Amino acid sequence: MSRIPRDYLINRLVTLVLTVLIAATLIWIIPRLSPVDPAEIALGRMAAGAGAVENAGEILETLRAQMGIDQPLIVQYFKYIKGVLLFDFGLSTAAFPTPVSALIANALPWTLGLMLISLIITFIIGNLLGALMVWEKTPRLWKVAIPAAMVFTSIPPILSGLLLMWIFAATLGWFPLTGAYGLTVEPGWSWDFATSVLHHGFLPALSIVVVTFGFWALGMRGLMISVQGEDYTTLAKAKGLKPRYILYKYMIRNAILPQITAFALKIGLLIAGQVLVERIFAYNGMGKLLYDAILDQDFPVIQGVSYVIILMTALSVFIVDLIYPFIDPRVRHEVA
Amino acid sequence: MAETLQTPTRAEKRQARRLRRFDNPWLNPKLIWGVALLLGILLLGLIGRMLWNLDLVFTGSATLKLPPVGFENLRKQEGVWDFPLGTDGSGRDMLALIIIGAPNSLFVGLLASLIGMSTGIVLGFTAGFVGGRTDDVIRVLSDVMITIPPLLILVVFQASFGDVSLTMMALLIAGFVWQSPTRLIRAQVLSMKQSGYVQMARLSGASTGHIMFREMMPNLVPYLFGSFIANVTTSIVTAVGLEVLGLGPQRIPTLGRTIYEAINAGALIQNLWWWWGIPTLLLAVMFVGLLLINLGLDEVSNPRLRKLS
Repeated sequence: MSRIPRDYLINRLVTLVLTVLIAATLIWIIPRLSPVDPAEIALGRMAAGAGAVENAGEILETLRAQMGIDQPLIVQYFKYIKGVLLFDFGLSTAAFPTPVSALIANALPWTLGLMLISLIITFIIGNLLGALMVWEKTPRLWKVAIPAAMVFTSIPPILSGLLLMWIFAATLGWFPLTGAYGLTVEPGWSWDFATSVLHHGFLPALSIVVVTFGFWALGMRGLMISVQGEDYTTLAKAKGLKPRYILYKYMIRNAILPQITAFALKIGLLIAGQVLVERIFAYNGMGKLLYDAILDQDFPVIQGVSYVIILMTALSVFIVDLIYPFIDPRVRHEVA
Repeated sequence: MAETLQTPTRAEKRQARRLRRFDNPWLNPKLIWGVALLLGILLLGLIGRMLWNLDLVFTGSATLKLPPVGFENLRKQEGVWDFPLGTDGSGRDMLALIIIGAPNSLFVGLLASLIGMSTGIVLGFTAGFVGGRTDDVIRVLSDVMITIPPLLILVVFQASFGDVSLTMMALLIAGFVWQSPTRLIRAQVLSMKQSGYVQMARLSGASTGHIMFREMMPNLVPYLFGSFIANVTTSIVTAVGLEVLGLGPQRIPTLGRTIYEAINAGALIQNLWWWWGIPTLLLAVMFVGLLLINLGLDEVSNPRLRKLS
């Protein structure tokens, strides 16, 4: 199990490349099927700003040439694919002339940070609670309380976000309502900024945590049930090991590994959910960028954000698929 | 015989009760509760349409921002029975809004999932049975599509096309929920093909159609239901997500769009909790119902879970 079989690697790579290619193509084709002309939108924006635009016809031609939409579709497509591979999505039309990639580079760290923190917390809490649901030594109260908390699993984080926002930000005023850091704080490596970020990030993270831990807990419960019936658990009990030791070193140790693959299938939904949480909290991440772009009809930004998020999802699935057999030696890379 | 004459323990009594019901796993409480919650929402839509004046969903049909009955808003106005759940920021009656909006969300979820499931059944069986090049194409395509989050492609779509109808939105979402049933059925068909009873049916000269639908399909039913319900949830989450981003149908009231309008109007700061709270609550009930159905179905298809509860 020291290295990955070549066929398997190629198989996964082909899937990854195809995913990214198909997603990029869809994102490119869809706006071109619509009757809306981006050059006209840009012109309309100019007209709205200046009152009236003289020689509109000429400007329209120039804009089309600038956007490259006067060229044959096939040329446009290959230019687009080349640009996408280099993370060049053109210039934002709403924040002209900022490149889309710069906007994304600003927003991405916020999204990744929020995602990583809430993911780690949910993974730990969810798996622990799931394990406790099955363990014989769990106090009775917990055995009733955990399944009850499971009800939240099904709710998308945007709904829990609204509720938490109302209780802790609007009513109690413990946390700020929106934003990723205080308006008076200068971004930088300072203590003030760090506490402000944590303070602002708490509610968005919490609203993701309360609705996603149940997913892990449910999966863990199923896995623990099968581990419970294994001979090695029985043997460990017969040897008279401490129940807590058996729980951590025997049961959870064996049950937690398949949970990691479950993550690969769920990540798309997790990211999409987080985009919406960022939108309602006006958190400075990809979600807010996307929402603002939709409001402004800023297509390059919409395309760029969608593409980057899909790329993130596909890459995570790819990485989980590859490293999984190293984490769990029982699994071999199958050549499908 | 002597042992059975002793007073039965509680576990034995329970087992006896189960036997009397023919131990029908489909009658487990989770499943029943889940179905009841969804039916409740459906009934709200059906009965509400008959009893309530739906013209109240038009803007300006009532005083703005009235609270539900028994509450008071910041302007010291009290709720009135004419608008029992209060009104939103443009004077629409919340009750009429949810009577129309709640079944809409369910409709999108069910339709999208139904189309996705049908596609999945056809593709899954085709891949499993035909094999070869066809199987490769279907397998790779579903592997690829399953990692693409539907929300983001649909955002691009709806931002370019503007207004869409409910049915159109369901069709679009259906394009992203066929993968998991396809994979599930393909895997099951491949393993069933080797099983004794299918071999037996083939040897006795049964047609492919017979093997597919009479021999294999019945064994797939619990999985199919589970996958169907999971897809309904995904579809509704996606639809609500689009609506909260301000996309989706613009002229029909939906729960997601109501939340969108409430957030944009600053309903949270103004403490107009009923405006965003009622649609949120209804969606939560819907999702909890779907989850319960899914857990109940798990017990049907996986008897190991049944013993625990």
